[in-house]
Amino acid sequence: MSATEKITLATAWLDGCSGCHMSFLDLDERLITLAELVDVVYSPIVDTKELPQQVDVGILEGAVSSEEDLAKARMFRERCKFLISLGDCAITGNVPSMRNMFDLDEVFDRAFVETVQAQPQRPTEGLPQLLQPVRPIHHVVPVDLVVQGCPPSADTIWYVLTELMAGRAPDPTQITRFGA
Amino acid sequence: MPRYPTPANAPPKVRVVTLRINGQDVSAREDETILSVAVDHGIRIPSLCYLEGLTAWGACRLCVVEVAGIPKLLPACSTVVTEGMVVETNSDKLKRYRRMILELLFAERNHVCSVCVSNGHCELQNLAAECGMDHVRVPYRNAPYEVDSSHDFFRVDHNRCVLCTRCVRVCDEIEGAHTWDVMGRGVECQVITDLHTPWGESESCTSCGKCVQVCPTGALVKKGTAAGEMEKLGDFLPYLTQMRGKQ
Ligand code: SF4
Ligand code: SF4
Ligand code: SF4
Repeated sequence: MSATEKITLATAWLDGCSGCHMSFLDLDERLITLAELVDVVYSPIVDTKELPQQVDVGILEGAVSSEEDLAKARMFRERCKFLISLGDCAITGNVPSMRNMFDLDEVFDRAFVETVQAQPQRPTEGLPQLLQPVRPIHHVVPVDLVVQGCPPSADTIWYVLTELMAGRAPDPTQITRFGA
Repeated sequence: MPRYPTPANAPPKVRVVTLRINGQDVSAREDETILSVAVDHGIRIPSLCYLEGLTAWGACRLCVVEVAGIPKLLPACSTVVTEGMVVETNSDKLKRYRRMILELLFAERNHVCSVCVSNGHCELQNLAAECGMDHVRVPYRNAPYEVDSSHDFFRVDHNRCVLCTRCVRVCDEIEGAHTWDVMGRGVECQVITDLHTPWGESESCTSCGKCVQVCPTGALVKKGTAAGEMEKLGDFLPYLTQMRGKQ
């Protein structure tokens, strides 16, 4: 396969702990095999700063918690032919969505006042524009595949990617679940 | 009616009927339910509120099946077999319905499996996996429910409760204490101890822990368990009722 025919892959994390990306890196030596078949064109683990206009496969980790997350989710949907929600935060809101039970003032105070000893006060600039409620990605844009797990194992990710590259439709529900 | 196992020496008074489940001919006693016949023949029907040894309740609707000639779906746990009945347990329509029920259960209260004490040992979580429920299409309600940690040994987290009433039935029918009951309707519905007093102040609770063992989710748990540590003794109730039946 020539370099131009490589499948392009973009990844990003929204409101997640980066654990799903760590699990992706846990592919270990399989990453070398993957690099022969796939071009990672945009990701926290590569240098590119811009998402290309056209990408074959997009992978999103994390829930939609802020305006920035929402914009990213929309951009990924627009530009990726096949969009994957990776991990429970992306699929259910998971831990980030536990703040949905509280209003945003309480959330900010918890983060910047109650749990801080030195100069507890809410910053006046640089605060993320949080959305209420935190939502799963498929509640804001259509998603083609969800891969459960917190985080999904490297084997699960490998299974999904290899099935897709073989032109088959993966069914990860056979090997993973919520909380796995 | 409680369905305790019949002692081995009881005279066989009931007739035997034959019916068909998923194209397979099976015979059953005429007083058996579709679910128990299916279990006897190794045919899996997903269920949640049903628990062998307790009165059938028919609340969760996961065990609904199609019966030829009857337009509505029937709960297998509380539908008695009849001669010539033709039952379908796993049609596409039933799979769709089961999935939707599970989605509604996950959306109604709060199920963050990754940090739940029952992660990896939860009947609701297993059912979602079995039925391929991998994402919830309806909006989450995000409504907070109470957590009552007043009991010395146990905790009830209503956020994880699916209102199966197994706790109510086991406490009433097996322990004989009837500490648990149900209060309110719709989204306000919740299980309560005594007359809605904190569990720790309950005068009827004997602290036997049966409710904790039969609760299918992380709603009733032993205190001091961290994420994934709450394992329940799935088999103790059938054993207990069997032993009592023999007395
Ligand atoms: S009770 Fe079960 S389904 Fe609910 S969060 Fe806990 S493990 Fe998940
Ligand atoms: S511990 Fe025993 S007596 Fe107390 S509520 Fe549970 S089942 Fe009833
Ligand atoms: S507390 Fe547990 S056993 Fe009781 S109704 Fe809720 S889910 Fe069922």
